[in-house]
Amino acid sequence: MLEYVLAFLIIAGGAFTFIGSLGLARLRDFYSRLHGPTKATTLGVGCVLIASAVYFSQGDQPSLHEILITLFLFITAPVSAHLLAKAALHLKLTSVARRPESENLE
Amino acid sequence: MIQRLLPHPLLTPILALIWMLLANEFSAGHALLGLLLGWAIPIFTLRFWPEQTRIRRPLTLLRFIAVVLYDILIANLAVAKLIVSRPRRLQPAFLEVPLDVRSDLAISLLANTISLTPGTVSAELSPERDRLLVHALHATDTEALVATIKTRYEAPLKEVFEE
Repeated sequence: MLEYVLAFLIIAGGAFTFIGSLGLARLRDFYSRLHGPTKATTLGVGCVLIASAVYFSQGDQPSLHEILITLFLFITAPVSAHLLAKAALHLKLTSVARRPESENLE
Repeated sequence: MIQRLLPHPLLTPILALIWMLLANEFSAGHALLGLLLGWAIPIFTLRFWPEQTRIRRPLTLLRFIAVVLYDILIANLAVAKLIVSRPRRLQPAFLEVPLDVRSDLAISLLANTISLTPGTVSAELSPERDRLLVHALHATDTEALVATIKTRYEAPLKEVFEE
């Protein structure tokens, strides 16, 4: 029974990571493409990590260092996305959305 | 004196917990080592943490974390659906969120939360640190989205770290 749950989690994780990468190809501008790696991929990696924690906790010792990976990912993914967006605004990349008034974006 | 020896009392248990998770072993020895590191690291990195962080309402913080985790799940599903179904018809938009929070920690937590949740990425903080520029993947009603961000994420953060 547990194996089915784990298999489901791993497949779901792979599917979400794939959709996140698919976003890079399908979305129209740079700013939209940033959403893929910060969102869909987070859940994908989350699913894989939960599966790993459950699988390796079956022995006598619980395996919880996967929680740390999730934590670090939640801290770093938004920061890199923020820096990329900031750089894109600075370079005035074309955007589908109407660009904000740019007097304060230097 | 206690200030000097234990500049960030909150950081010590957190670092100890992170150490035990890193070692992936929950024994008395690792707890002791973790506490030692948790005591030493804040002292040596004091210059990077000039302001004291205090958590006023731990329960509000826990509820906030639960809300954010739930929203991450929902946001992931929503973004995945948008990517798969109709990326051509998306209406991306930039929105400006006026900020009420002032401290560095609260602003960074808010920006990170916005990036992790509902189809939005925080893009830029204004130089006066009073507005946050946010890019939304699909926003038909930008004012409602700004209001949601303010009540759902900013209000609890303000309560926990500033009030």
